[in-house]
Amino acid sequence: MILDLFNYWIVVILMMVGLFIIVARGNLVKKIIGLNIFQTSVFVFYISVGKVQGGSAPILSDSIEVYSNPLPHVLILTAIVVGVATTALGLALVIRIKEAYGSVEEDELQVIDNQ
Amino acid sequence: MLMVTAVAIAWTRHLFSAVMLASIYGLVSASFFVAMDAVDVAFTEAAVGAGISPLLMLVTLRMVGAKEATSHNHPYAALIIVAVVGVLLLLGEQDLPAFGSADAPAHGHVAPHYLQESAAEIGIPNVVTSVLASYRAFDTLGEVAVIFTAGIGVMALLFSDTPVHLRNLPNTSRSTMEDQVIPRVVGKILIPPIMLFALYVQFHGEYGPGGGFQAGVIFASAVIVYVMLFGLDAAMQVVSVSWLRFLAACGLLLYGAVGVVCLLAGKNFLDYNALLPDHIAAQHLGILVIELGVGVTVACVVMLLFFAFVGRIPHLPDHEARDG
Amino acid sequence: MLIHLPILQVIIPLLGAPLCLMVKGSRFVWGFTLLVSLLASMISVALLWQVEANGTLSYALGGWQAPIGIEYRIDILSAYLLLIVSCMSTIVLLGGYRSIEKEIPVSNQSYFYVAYLLCLAGLLGIVAAGDAFNVFVFLEISSLASYILIGLGKDRRALWASFQYLIVGTIGATFILIGVGYLYIMTGTLNMVDLAQRIPSVSESTTVLVAFAFLIVGVCLKLAMFPLHVWLPNAYAFAPSIVTAFLAASATKVAVYLLFRFSFGVFGIELTESILPLHEVFIGLGLAGVFAASLVAVFQQNIKRLFAYSSVAQIGYMIVGYGLDSVAGSMASLLHLFNHALMKASLFMALAAVVYRLGSVQLKDLAGLASVMPWTAAAIVIGGLSLVGVPLTVGFVSKWYLVLAALEQDLWWVALLLVVGSLLAIVYVWRIVEQMYFAPSTSGDQSDGTREAPIGLLTALWILVIANIYFGIDTRLPVGVAELAAEHIFGGRL
Repeated sequence: MILDLFNYWIVVILMMVGLFIIVARGNLVKKIIGLNIFQTSVFVFYISVGKVQGGSAPILSDSIEVYSNPLPHVLILTAIVVGVATTALGLALVIRIKEAYGSVEEDELQVIDNQ
Repeated sequence: MLMVTAVAIAWTRHLFSAVMLASIYGLVSASFFVAMDAVDVAFTEAAVGAGISPLLMLVTLRMVGAKEATSHNHPYAALIIVAVVGVLLLLGEQDLPAFGSADAPAHGHVAPHYLQESAAEIGIPNVVTSVLASYRAFDTLGEVAVIFTAGIGVMALLFSDTPVHLRNLPNTSRSTMEDQVIPRVVGKILIPPIMLFALYVQFHGEYGPGGGFQAGVIFASAVIVYVMLFGLDAAMQVVSVSWLRFLAACGLLLYGAVGVVCLLAGKNFLDYNALLPDHIAAQHLGILVIELGVGVTVACVVMLLFFAFVGRIPHLPDHEARDG
Repeated sequence: MLIHLPILQVIIPLLGAPLCLMVKGSRFVWGFTLLVSLLASMISVALLWQVEANGTLSYALGGWQAPIGIEYRIDILSAYLLLIVSCMSTIVLLGGYRSIEKEIPVSNQSYFYVAYLLCLAGLLGIVAAGDAFNVFVFLEISSLASYILIGLGKDRRALWASFQYLIVGTIGATFILIGVGYLYIMTGTLNMVDLAQRIPSVSESTTVLVAFAFLIVGVCLKLAMFPLHVWLPNAYAFAPSIVTAFLAASATKVAVYLLFRFSFGVFGIELTESILPLHEVFIGLGLAGVFAASLVAVFQQNIKRLFAYSSVAQIGYMIVGYGLDSVAGSMASLLHLFNHALMKASLFMALAAVVYRLGSVQLKDLAGLASVMPWTAAAIVIGGLSLVGVPLTVGFVSKWYLVLAALEQDLWWVALLLVVGSLLAIVYVWRIVEQMYFAPSTSGDQSDGTREAPIGLLTALWILVIANIYFGIDTRLPVGVAELAAEHIFGGRL
């Protein structure tokens, strides 16, 4: 039972680590990295869903009987792109924040804004 | 492996190592995807998770500094939130079908249709490409729009007000590699094959893993290598920003135009069967053209992203070249 | 071409965006954007009319029938939302030219309009989609575009606000993705109608419940439902004025739509009702939102921020309506959606005019505004009255129905609290009115050149203000459609 869902356990731990970084760390770049981990864990989750025991990559061929499920792969391809788009935009904002505030630490930004 | 890297990322305070670890994390997850039969996804994740994202992060670090402050913001609040989410996730997993079992509901219903019918309906071996570019082509149009949006955003944020240092000081973001002959020669030799490989990936997506997105990234990486070796200005002389911007828009439009042509031919949006009388050929044509649209937009946007980020590095003579 | 309207609704702005990048000259870009938005609103009117006449429309993208392909599905609820979003976008744009010209640097204006169109396309796409994953994709288009729009604000705090929104928004979107993933595992499909048919057979599994939880929390993050609203006030306060007007009138409304769609359309009434004490939780959180946010609003000095908090409070009313979980409650909530879009669009447009002339939205700088900008000041007053819920304005109508819906279930204390909540709105609206009409102008005389806002802005503003009053008196259109939509959501499943 435990082993059956081993992949999913990993996913949960990865998600928690990612989320923890986002919330607990004040550095904005670190937050983006956390966001990446969080998103990737979801990718791992979807791809694990798509795996069929004994199956092979969904590229049709006469010699293969069982394929893994292609649909999660498609969805995750899209999601990866969405993820990188978010990362790029987030980092661009980080750069602008650094230029405007001189800092990329959350608590310092808070202090500057409250002045 | 994934876990170890992730925890290490959470642990380290040095952002440079965090980014490096993130890159390794991307690579490890890509190999995991291969093990899970998701070759297309692995290809993309390797390009994105171990390629573009860390690269952009490094360039960002170059500007914002690689040291993280030591203050914890709200670790307890974080722990509580994380714990709640974790418990929820675990609850959700109780009733999941066992990993890999072929009779899970996810593998019934829609998915078998793709596996069994796509040969007859689309006629290309790579089922992932069939689903991506035909059955769910509209998602992919959305995906291209997302990447286009990111390009617009980064340009709006980084290009706009002040590439002052670029204007005032020509030959600024010059690479220190310039004096080194061997990398330059090796680079020059490498760039054309990378581009060729990109084209191969672009048009081979129907048969094996690959397609517009991956090809676009690879093509852009060739240009990125060029920037690293010869400096940003030299690269910008070869490919100008306004052209890239124009082409990025064209890629998205090309994709949309295929859909509109289908509309005008009396079929539904993105119904390629309207393009040619023979439906297999029509599907081929449709997929080929939209993949081209994807490739063009992705390549241009990735280059633009890179240019925008690197162009923002304030030039200080005593600084070494970028970390990447 | 009529059968293609559902897709045209979305692809016109979506493809308009890259085209917009090629148009040169800020006036042309603006004209082009306005044209695209106008086309979208005309299509939405046609769609609403079609749906009212013929019932739900379904459109198979790529010619692949659902659930194999992606389906667009326009029922009365989506048509209603499409109408709100596209019309608000058009009116806001109509008046926005001068304000955008002033607040956005020239080099960024074309990016601004492109992002605006992408945001519009994303929002319309969310509403039109009948496929859970497609919702996620378009949600991300609109979110990314709105991060850009907010980040273009003049104040540097706009950047920080945008970043915070990006983090929260992405977590929300990823939650939605997790929820969709769980649902896919349990049912093997992504199509909403298909999901709705298949979920009942697996509804006793905890996985479905958790999927529900993730979807709802994800949507509520986007919705800025109290207590997940922290990102909203700063984002609204520091975004360019026109962006605030547009987002306030559309983005949160679409999130409310998603809440209704997922809980009633996908999971179905029975399931939604059987899970947890969902009613009480949402009514409680909604009311808490009304009070907490209104109280904070009372103490704000920045008026844009003040109205942003008031938005959080007004979202609270919609959540209460949702939590009542009845036809009447949903109808009131949907009606408030429309009415709140009208009020907030007009208030934020008025603030755009204030920013245009005064360059500030601090309460103290508004002293004596009524004498220099009488039309704008009057618009703020009417918008404010509508917010409070004075009879003859739209605000009254929706609150009236909401109170009725609460009384219908004998929840007299909810009704009472709703009315008391409105009293708080009186307090913060009065502070502004007092400052505008009764405080002596700080600048002494009017020699500093402050005068009434440009005519374009005023026109759009007053279209909205008049709509505020018109639909407050002649309530047939919104009430009729909201009623149909509420009955549709409930009727379809019961």
